[in-house]
Amino acid sequence: MQDSLKSSSYQQLEQKSKYTNMFLRWFLYFILILFASYFIFPLYVMVVTSLKTMEEIRQGTLLSWPSGLNLESWAVAWGGRGYGAGDTFLRPYFWNSIKMVVPAVFFSTFIGAMTGYVLTKWRFKGDQWVFLFLLFGCFIPFQAILLPMARTLGVLGISNSVIGLVLVHTVYGIPFTTLFFRNYYISVPTELVKAARIDGAGFFKIFFKILLPISAPIIVVTVIWQFTQIWNDFLFGSTFSFGEAAPIQVALNNMVLSSTSVKEYNVDMASAIIAGIPTLIVYVLAGKYFIRGLTSGAVKG
Amino acid sequence: MKTLKIEELSKNFGSTEVLKKINLEIDEGNFLVLLGPSGCGKSTLLNIIAGLETINEGNVFIDDYNVSKVEPKDRNIAMVFQSYALYPSMNVKENMIFGLKQAKTSKEKIQEQLEKVSKFLQVDQLLERKPSQLSGGQRQRVAIGRALVREPRIFLFDEPLSNLDAKLRVEMRREIKKLHQQLKTTVVYVTHDQTEAMSLGTNIAIMNHGVIQQNDTPEKIYNKPSNTFVADFIGSPSMNLIKGILKENSGDLLFTVSGSNLEIPIKDYDFKDKSNLNNKEVFFGIRPEHIFFKKFNESDFEINLRADLSEYIGHEQIMTFDFANQEVLAKFPSTIKIDLGKETKLYFDLTQASLFDAQTEERI
Repeated sequence: MQDSLKSSSYQQLEQKSKYTNMFLRWFLYFILILFASYFIFPLYVMVVTSLKTMEEIRQGTLLSWPSGLNLESWAVAWGGRGYGAGDTFLRPYFWNSIKMVVPAVFFSTFIGAMTGYVLTKWRFKGDQWVFLFLLFGCFIPFQAILLPMARTLGVLGISNSVIGLVLVHTVYGIPFTTLFFRNYYISVPTELVKAARIDGAGFFKIFFKILLPISAPIIVVTVIWQFTQIWNDFLFGSTFSFGEAAPIQVALNNMVLSSTSVKEYNVDMASAIIAGIPTLIVYVLAGKYFIRGLTSGAVKG
Repeated sequence: MKTLKIEELSKNFGSTEVLKKINLEIDEGNFLVLLGPSGCGKSTLLNIIAGLETINEGNVFIDDYNVSKVEPKDRNIAMVFQSYALYPSMNVKENMIFGLKQAKTSKEKIQEQLEKVSKFLQVDQLLERKPSQLSGGQRQRVAIGRALVREPRIFLFDEPLSNLDAKLRVEMRREIKKLHQQLKTTVVYVTHDQTEAMSLGTNIAIMNHGVIQQNDTPEKIYNKPSNTFVADFIGSPSMNLIKGILKENSGDLLFTVSGSNLEIPIKDYDFKDKSNLNNKEVFFGIRPEHIFFKKFNESDFEINLRADLSEYIGHEQIMTFDFANQEVLAKFPSTIKIDLGKETKLYFDLTQASLFDAQTEERI
């Protein structure tokens, strides 16, 4: 008698916990969807607005669906209207940015890997001080170096050029890239380097043959970080370059803020999306390595 | 000609002295084990032999050639590391031939060496695998293979078995022993495990605080430790060191235990120096395995001690006895029944006893 009573009460408890679980699960989904829409909302507005004509924008609401796939504003943002003076469009500046970001990311990543390698595997007297000073570089605000950097670029004769911007971004990126690589290489057993030295490999051979092949995760992290930083930079771009040498973020600003006639929201939105697409692509392609690289450190076996 | 000779070697990191005036020699084909607690400088010494650390003072000779300032790759040595240190991005084959390739060895020679060594170590089925796809034992085998293909004059092992689990460690230990028996290459082997040292070494150098305490055969180290550190370090449980005074009584020498009138006769002991023994403060050393439950030899010394503690460990038991307020440990087969808290009759094998000066802690 007592046994059956017990088992029925267990059944009730079981039922109850099932309902609780179900409720919690639905609540979880609700919260997730809420936040996801919160983050996706601005992008949605940008995309639909860029596909509307000015007429539609004036008449419809922010959220209303465009009447059709109207890509004209995209064409204007990318290639201009085709008349002469005062027509700002993104294409030349987009290539400026590519020409700036590719070498700057490459050099800063490479130099960071090298310094990280030296600071962990070829320790020398005072190396922790070198690292500390490099770390300081991470905390110096951008604005503080504007004047000295402008002067340096002037002396070197590369102010207002893409090469100048490459130099600025490479130098400014080294503290960050060094930090990344140092923290990664510190978990790589130094015995690997010892074994390679006994095997007869030298400084560069050890770096290229032993360490670099196992650095893929941290290279991805560094590349994403540097790419995003440099691509999205506005301050250095607007300070050290103008006119034809400007990167895309500066051009975007010029386009959106300095238009004298009616505000063309659809063209503005299309331009903003174009300026943001490369970073998006980098994230989509390398995103999973990004998480993996951030969370994994140790190289086992 | 000595295969390896180390002369008056000193090393310090900043103000900490790691090695102090080390002298060491190894004959061709010997297996020298550097044994000591962590931080005693044994790994530093090995790294210096390999050329991975610089020297502050002294010299290292390989085959009578001073290699103190020679690069690791030119010393004709090979090293096996605790973490295996296999190159993660290369497969087994590439790992094993990396050194030969650096040395610009001909392709035929590389292939020949690779086949020979991989067959010998039974890793010829694994050549295409990456280190991450190997088990611990296989990794260690490949690491040894990487050292073997170079046919070095000296093998250096840096705690190669410490990362393996207990069972595998015993297996690999036997394999290293077999390897040495077959190849007869000179080996320097660093470990903190005394069983490893005892079973592998033809010679053991026990180190502490950067000084070699004793460099001898395993038998000598075990039977005639040169000081209390060695006596205490080797053996499990370690040697009983009983404090007392030597007394001379009408030609006979007696050891009197501190704070009691217990006396142990010292006969036929091989003193280094027979003078000034009367009233000398000493440690009387006897290993737990040399205390018996039955009289075996005529010279065994009979004594009654109270049993205080019993530790059962399967094939044997470790008993703690009270010896005039000093603890004495003894090892017996676990089949013997001993009552705690009662006086038990025990026999000390005095031929196995050691005596140490209480001040200098050196063997007398």
